[in-house]
Amino acid sequence: MDLLLLAVAAVLVNNFVLTQFLGLCPFMGVSRRVETAAGMAMATAFVLTLASVLSYLIFAYLLEPFGATYLRTPAFILVIAVAVQFTEIMVRSTSPLLHQVLGLYLPLITTNCAVLGVALLNLRGGHDLVASAVYGASAAAGFGLVLVLFAAMRERLEGADVPTPFRGAPIALITAGILSMGFMGFAGLTAV
Amino acid sequence: MKTPAIMGHVLLALAPGAAALAWFFGPGVLYNLAVATATALLVEAALLWARGRPVLPSLGDGSALVAACILALALPPLLPWWITALGVACGLTLGKHLYGGLGHNLFNPAMTGYVAVLLAFPREISLWPAPRPEGAVSAAEALRYTVSGSLPGERIDTLTHATPLDRLTTGALSPALHDGTLLAGAAGVWIWVAAAFLAGGAWLLLRGCIDWRLPLGVLAGTAGTASLLWAVIPGAAPPDFHLLTGATVLVAFFIATDPVTAPASRGARLLFALGIGITAVAIREFGAFPDGFAFAVLLMNAAAPLFDYIARPGTVE
Repeated sequence: MDLLLLAVAAVLVNNFVLTQFLGLCPFMGVSRRVETAAGMAMATAFVLTLASVLSYLIFAYLLEPFGATYLRTPAFILVIAVAVQFTEIMVRSTSPLLHQVLGLYLPLITTNCAVLGVALLNLRGGHDLVASAVYGASAAAGFGLVLVLFAAMRERLEGADVPTPFRGAPIALITAGILSMGFMGFAGLTAV
Repeated sequence: MKTPAIMGHVLLALAPGAAALAWFFGPGVLYNLAVATATALLVEAALLWARGRPVLPSLGDGSALVAACILALALPPLLPWWITALGVACGLTLGKHLYGGLGHNLFNPAMTGYVAVLLAFPREISLWPAPRPEGAVSAAEALRYTVSGSLPGERIDTLTHATPLDRLTTGALSPALHDGTLLAGAAGVWIWVAAAFLAGGAWLLLRGCIDWRLPLGVLAGTAGTASLLWAVIPGAAPPDFHLLTGATVLVAFFIATDPVTAPASRGARLLFALGIGITAVAIREFGAFPDGFAFAVLLMNAAAPLFDYIARPGTVE
């Protein structure tokens, strides 16, 4: 039950993009087409889950026993870079098309602040191994959900007669803002 | 049917509901409607002028008036005028004209404005007067509150009435759940308000102004989710309570049926409407807000392009 609440909180109530403002760069950058957004969402989900498990293991079995917890940020960044590289190699060999589409954005998952954010928030929340994995996966699910929703909205906006000063990024940010207002309705959902 | 004709029908269909609200909650409802329509005409004209569009033809299509009236009827019956005006202005600007005006907007303008003022003025939007016969706020008092935002000390009590949905959120509804007086006692005058909106909505359906899938889907989603929760969770309200209180009927027939912000294909429309009912009941039962319909509409508006995308594979790209 606690794990379910943790997941609901990460997907809906404290959505990483819309209420914690993490991962905004891919949210704005890779949301022009639904296919690429879905690909990016899946790649990020894989990296996020992997990275949160790995960073928990590194922290609990390497940094803490050696009293080097102050090294957690560089250590996590290293872990994330490895996880991303692993994902890139995997995507390149399994789906060259997706690799071509995601292009530059795949290595950029390394600098997706949501990934490091999840690793650090796992520490702050005192999550154990299972909770860390669940939190990472749900954070990724929340990120993927809004990324794909947003991509479909932006595809529809392409035909819209948006006033010139608001074309492109401004209307996208306004849309994200209204979407975020909708997500605020979930406030208190996990307080039962 | 052309847009002005449809909008005229919708305005007429809103009349029974507006009359019911005004009868039970006092003349404040009419002041809200007046403030909202005046603001809508002003803001719509200003925005059309700023965008370099012909003002009169677009103003005459009535879509801004409909959005303003729906918003005014969704807001509490006693409200300082600046909140109503701000809601209408936000809805028409953010929800409509920045997207290119009628036909291009992603989000329902009335609900965009409603959620904006709900989040900005949570205290004011949660104050509902007691309905007739206990309430009976006089026309002069209502006017004074609308203009100044305050009432003399002893009269402010009439504003702190807990609506049935407030009681559900705070858990105070539970006693009424057990002694069987739920519908008469808890839903109270809301039954009549719901019936009035239902009458207007049914007329719109008969005239062919709205797609039956949308209201039916919203009501089915609401009833289905409420039944499930009622069976499983102690303290949850029964489905008829969810159908008859708050904004359920207004949303089902007047808000979810907005053809611009609903998906285009039939299957996607059913998904969209069911989603509104499901999300709204979940927010009512588990969330911090008494009513979840405005949020549910915004969220499903956001999901509408994706529903269309799923329902018609291969047409995009």
